[in-house]
Amino acid sequence: MNIVIVGLSHKTAPVEIREIVAFPATSMEAPLQQMLELPSVSEAVIVSTCNRVELYAISRQPDAAVIEMKQFMADFHDLKLETLQDHLYDFEGTAAIQHVLRVAASLDSMMVGEPQILGQIKTAYGYACEYKTVGLILNRFLHKAFSVAKRVRTETAIANNAVSVSFAAVELARKIFDSLENKTVMLIGAGEMCELAAKHFVNNGISKVLVTNRTFSRAEKLAEEFDGVAVSFDNFREQLHRVDIVLSSTGAPDYVLNAKKLKEVCKERRYKPMFLIDIAVPRDIDPAANKLDSIYLYDVDDLQGVVQANLKERQKEAAKAEIIIKEEVNQFQNWLSTLEVKPTIVALRQQLEQIRQAELDKTLSSLNKLNDKERKSIESMTCAIVNKILHHPTHILKQTNNGGDGNLYLDTVRTLFDLSDPLDREPNPDKVDK
Amino acid sequence: MGTMSLLFSITTLIYLITSILYLAAMVSQRQQASRVGRWVLLVGVVLHATCFAVRHSTAGGTPVTSLHESLSFFAWCLILLFLLLDLRFRLSVMGAFAVPLAFLLMVASGLSPDVVVQLNPVLKSWLFPVHITFAFLGNAAFALSFGAGVMYLIQNRMLKSKRFTGIYQLLPSLDVLDKVNYTCLSIGFPLMTLGIISGAFWANTAWGTYWRWDPKETWALITWFLYAALLHGRLTIGWRGRKAAIFSIIAFMFLLFTFLGVNLLLDGYHTFEAFAVL
Repeated sequence: MNIVIVGLSHKTAPVEIREIVAFPATSMEAPLQQMLELPSVSEAVIVSTCNRVELYAISRQPDAAVIEMKQFMADFHDLKLETLQDHLYDFEGTAAIQHVLRVAASLDSMMVGEPQILGQIKTAYGYACEYKTVGLILNRFLHKAFSVAKRVRTETAIANNAVSVSFAAVELARKIFDSLENKTVMLIGAGEMCELAAKHFVNNGISKVLVTNRTFSRAEKLAEEFDGVAVSFDNFREQLHRVDIVLSSTGAPDYVLNAKKLKEVCKERRYKPMFLIDIAVPRDIDPAANKLDSIYLYDVDDLQGVVQANLKERQKEAAKAEIIIKEEVNQFQNWLSTLEVKPTIVALRQQLEQIRQAELDKTLSSLNKLNDKERKSIESMTCAIVNKILHHPTHILKQTNNGGDGNLYLDTVRTLFDLSDPLDREPNPDKVDK
Repeated sequence: MGTMSLLFSITTLIYLITSILYLAAMVSQRQQASRVGRWVLLVGVVLHATCFAVRHSTAGGTPVTSLHESLSFFAWCLILLFLLLDLRFRLSVMGAFAVPLAFLLMVASGLSPDVVVQLNPVLKSWLFPVHITFAFLGNAAFALSFGAGVMYLIQNRMLKSKRFTGIYQLLPSLDVLDKVNYTCLSIGFPLMTLGIISGAFWANTAWGTYWRWDPKETWALITWFLYAALLHGRLTIGWRGRKAAIFSIIAFMFLLFTFLGVNLLLDGYHTFEAFAVL
């Protein structure tokens, strides 16, 4: 039994390709059922996000499954396979396990460490459960992926640092003020960047928003959006002492706020700290203001610098995460290889036992002059033969428990003795209902 | 004597272990270690208290008369206040400062001669333990405000210079550090005041005079004025943040001299020799 993956992602396919092969979330039943009908596929999950489309399957013939799944991906979207071929990747076995664990832990994301992907895989799994296309192995496997993702998140600092400018600003504000509740933010200028950053602040607890702009009507409009107050541009400086955070992005060629004015504001505020974010180019706030004790002034480059440093930090944490993934891949691989050993040994035993019983009955019915003791000894002889024959193969099969090329022996035994697939009719023990 | 030194050794060992845990939590940036540390430390502080209880019954009086005992008692006050502060502000990073300091105090205490000094009968009074407890708890509070001050300056420097190192993530926000600094000050100052007042009353019962300008008294008064100035500045002029942090660091230097320097370097009736029956 092998895990097989076929897919494409932001790393292999441009958005033009990704958008045509995406599976709409509203109609997942048809593709999941069709995928399950592929001859070599026995379980199916489809993950479809804006950055990746991946098919997860369980198969006994991984090579055949890969070909069928690629064809399915093209056929389902009425494409020629050639258009997709170059963008598609495929993994099987250990590589497939590793790939999914890395994706779930957000190590393969465009923004390493971003948290959405885990939710998206959970949703994909939810659909597969709903339409009953997952069985024992994918069930177990995806739960494993979720727990590994959680482990990576708690044991490394991969998602600790902000990697967007506006979020970096919010984090800095938290390092200054601790909580943003009951804090007031003032927007100077109604630029788009300013608005975006202000949204982040409001989402993170800021309660009061003041907006000022040269064109008062624009200030009013923006203020309405944040449930705030518009302040006329002529006297916004008089309101500054009430403000903890300033977001400035006017198109003014000169400084809108000079250090001297800010010094007065500091005094008026009794030196409560003030966080100034200057997103404007050319800058709105005199950089000398950063020298004032209670003022923390950041311009666009400063914030970019923070983001860059955080990204570097994430790379470092990603390396730690890879080690965790490696561990977990081995663990799951071991589980997977032991999964079929026991049923195969049992089936093998049953097979030989049946033969023994049949042949014994045949022989004994023709030899009716034997006494009970002689019958007994013939019977025990047949038992001994079966046990002797089985001894070594059983030993070898059990050893495949400890990793190694277990599947090869299992498949061979199953083919040689014509055993049915032990997992084909396996019920779904930990199925999750949506 | 046996149980006493055993308890002392175990407590010291526990402080060492917790120091390592808190430092590990800081370096590895993981909080699990400090969570464990908190519980281990709780055991340590209880054992340490037991150690003093045993000592009290052996000495037949307040067991804070030698350098050995003073350092150990100071360590205990420090840990106790740290745990309380941690409860209020979740300030485990402070543990990386307070616990190793307590451990070093214990080591220094262990190295100084462990003698049970019989207090001069003139000095025997219920005011003695009161004076000692107020003064030491006050000192411990100021030590923590010093720690918060140092952390504030580090964090402030990183936020100003926009260059962040590993401990940036770990240090609390400026707001919290400033609050801790203020909380410690507002706990420490009344304790110190009560310590000085109870000391004066005690002096009066022993020698019939409240104040004799002994070096310890003089230095304590200077330190008291510094902290009074800081508290006043905070409450009325709006001193806070960096200024308050620097001030509390300087004031603590004075306190350190008052606490140890005077006893060890200068003469007067606060020296440990003076406590004993001559």
